[in-house]
Amino acid sequence: MTEKKKAGFRIQDMTDTNLLLAITIIVFFLMYIGAMVFQGKGFLKAQTFFNILNANASLIITACGMSLVMITGGIDISVGGVAALVSMCCAVYLDFKGGNVFGAVLISLGIGLAFGIVQGLLVAYLDIQPFIVSLAGMFFARGMTTIVNTAPFNVANEEFIAVKETRITVPGFGTVNKLGKYVPAYVEIGVIVALLVVIILFCLLRWSRLGRGFYAVGGNSQSALMLGINVRRTRFLSHLICSLLAGIGGFVYFLHVGSGSASHAMGMEMNAIASSIIGGTMLTGGVGNIIGTFFGVLSLSTIQNIVSSAGLDQAWWTGITIAAMLCIFLIVQSVVMARKKKALK
Amino acid sequence: MSQARKQVKKKFNPAVLFRKQIFIPIAALLLLAIFNLIADPSFYKITLGYNSAGDPVLSGYLMTILDYGSELAILAIGMTLVTAASGGQDISVGAAIAIAGSVILRVLCGTDSRPDHMQAPVIVAFLIACVVAMLFGAFNGALVAYFKIQPMVATLILFTAGRSIAAWINNNELPIISDPSFAVYGGFIPGIPIPTPFFIAMVCVIITMLILKFTNLGLYTQSVGINESSSKLNGLDPAFIKFLSFVLLGLCVAVAGLIKVSRLSSINYSVIAKDIEMDAILAVALGGNSLGGGKFNMTASILGAYVIQFLTTTLYKFNVQSDALPAYKAVVVIVLVVLSTPKAREFMGKIAKSLKGSERSVA
Repeated sequence: MTEKKKAGFRIQDMTDTNLLLAITIIVFFLMYIGAMVFQGKGFLKAQTFFNILNANASLIITACGMSLVMITGGIDISVGGVAALVSMCCAVYLDFKGGNVFGAVLISLGIGLAFGIVQGLLVAYLDIQPFIVSLAGMFFARGMTTIVNTAPFNVANEEFIAVKETRITVPGFGTVNKLGKYVPAYVEIGVIVALLVVIILFCLLRWSRLGRGFYAVGGNSQSALMLGINVRRTRFLSHLICSLLAGIGGFVYFLHVGSGSASHAMGMEMNAIASSIIGGTMLTGGVGNIIGTFFGVLSLSTIQNIVSSAGLDQAWWTGITIAAMLCIFLIVQSVVMARKKKALK
Repeated sequence: MSQARKQVKKKFNPAVLFRKQIFIPIAALLLLAIFNLIADPSFYKITLGYNSAGDPVLSGYLMTILDYGSELAILAIGMTLVTAASGGQDISVGAAIAIAGSVILRVLCGTDSRPDHMQAPVIVAFLIACVVAMLFGAFNGALVAYFKIQPMVATLILFTAGRSIAAWINNNELPIISDPSFAVYGGFIPGIPIPTPFFIAMVCVIITMLILKFTNLGLYTQSVGINESSSKLNGLDPAFIKFLSFVLLGLCVAVAGLIKVSRLSSINYSVIAKDIEMDAILAVALGGNSLGGGKFNMTASILGAYVIQFLTTTLYKFNVQSDALPAYKAVVVIVLVVLSTPKAREFMGKIAKSLKGSERSVA
């Protein structure tokens, strides 16, 4: 009896954000350790972990934007479409128009900004449901991708490939291969960008006036308004930043795969939402943490790696596992919150 | 000048018509119809031909609209209820259709993926698919109603997993049914030149209308959508009404799934009913129903579904690629939604007033 009470108090003492964050981090470490124990070799190498980072840098960036929108009480499912559009536009620009990488970066930022401004205006100033707006945004972006170019193709631009192949070695994590040669562990440029985004957004949300405003608006927009926060502007900015990050994420995705295709980043919005939820961001708004989102992406991709290395037919098993995981976390959230509410009463 | 003003007057004066909800889909339909009439009148040509079995078959763009609009109309029925009750939309209908279709094929084919004749009567397969689709609807409904998760996020789960589940039901094989009697549901009944889906849709519509007329379902759904807590105080169970609306949508999905697989006599898990959720939501929006829940008009939604198909067919006729279609539809959605926001209405009201005012001053 006494133990139960103690646990109850401890949970009550934690803020919502910290409680959900703690759950996420524990789940991630349990999963990774489980993978090391049961799957063995592959997961023991540091490079496996870095490969997960390399492959999911774009997802980390978009998921951070998604968390921001979700903290503010909205949602944006257009991120995958925007990423695909960015990759296709950059590919066409680099290959057919002979552009340079700097121009491609500008294009991706421009596309992200354009989507952000339109969607933000519609959501914040015309009070349209964010889901409907971004659903239309998603279909628009996917359709536009096909209009820009139908056939998928690889980019052969030399400058771009040089950037794409740049590897940043991580000292201290290299391994010695069978021939006795030292193989350094490496990450791609995208990972650096992703980590920068995580750090900047974390600081923004924790210490800046604007960042606290996001939480206030998501928690209770009425009282935020009474505190003198410009609710509409905050909402607008959250969508703007999310779409901008989707543009950057799209470029990083493009940097990783090196091709343009209309079917790129299929389901990325889903993965971003799932990672945010797994990372402890509440759909109802006001609760969330960027560090949690980071671990959410890692958990999600670790699961995918486990599924694929277990030899299951990946194409459909990944969908099912992610959906199941999302479902479990959603229910955990709703149960945790219901219990907390009861305890508070 | 005066002529222009008279035209404006005509547009704004029959305010009764303008305020009616069904005005929106009818206006959109007329707009599209006139556009097609001007652009290319051959759009309306209907020819009587004979299909491979020697039965009379009507073909033409209008028949395509009747044919493919019908499955959308069936979905629109369920989607309208879900929208009205929960204030959100179910985005998993496409994936759920894949599941229902997969179940139907699984039952009909039995263990063999290329049977010479069907292993079970179609009605049995259909009923099993109904049960399965309603179970998935119940899953969505439970998440929304009892766990209080936003409808679109709750259905996102099935949206991701649905097609994978559909593939898993048939062990990722692509069963083909060669029996021509199965193709009737998505094709033509021998001797009747009008596509069968139209009749199926009509049956669904009539049943729905009867239910709405003789039960309190419509009233309860609307009251839950308008104000959940006050309908609870009035003795309704809002959670159950929401749950029920998702289960009913599951039933609609099963019917649409039957039509879909019957068309192909097979299934393609990743393509079947792709993007149909967008069309179904669009049909509800075009019917003038608020996407935030509350009051609904079933007739307008059903008409909206056919208008959407009209739009799709028109776009196809102008050689728009099927992959690029969503971009155009997205623009339509945004325009519709923006027009239906209170701010836009206020703005339009102001314009109408100022026009009337200027008229008076002229007079």
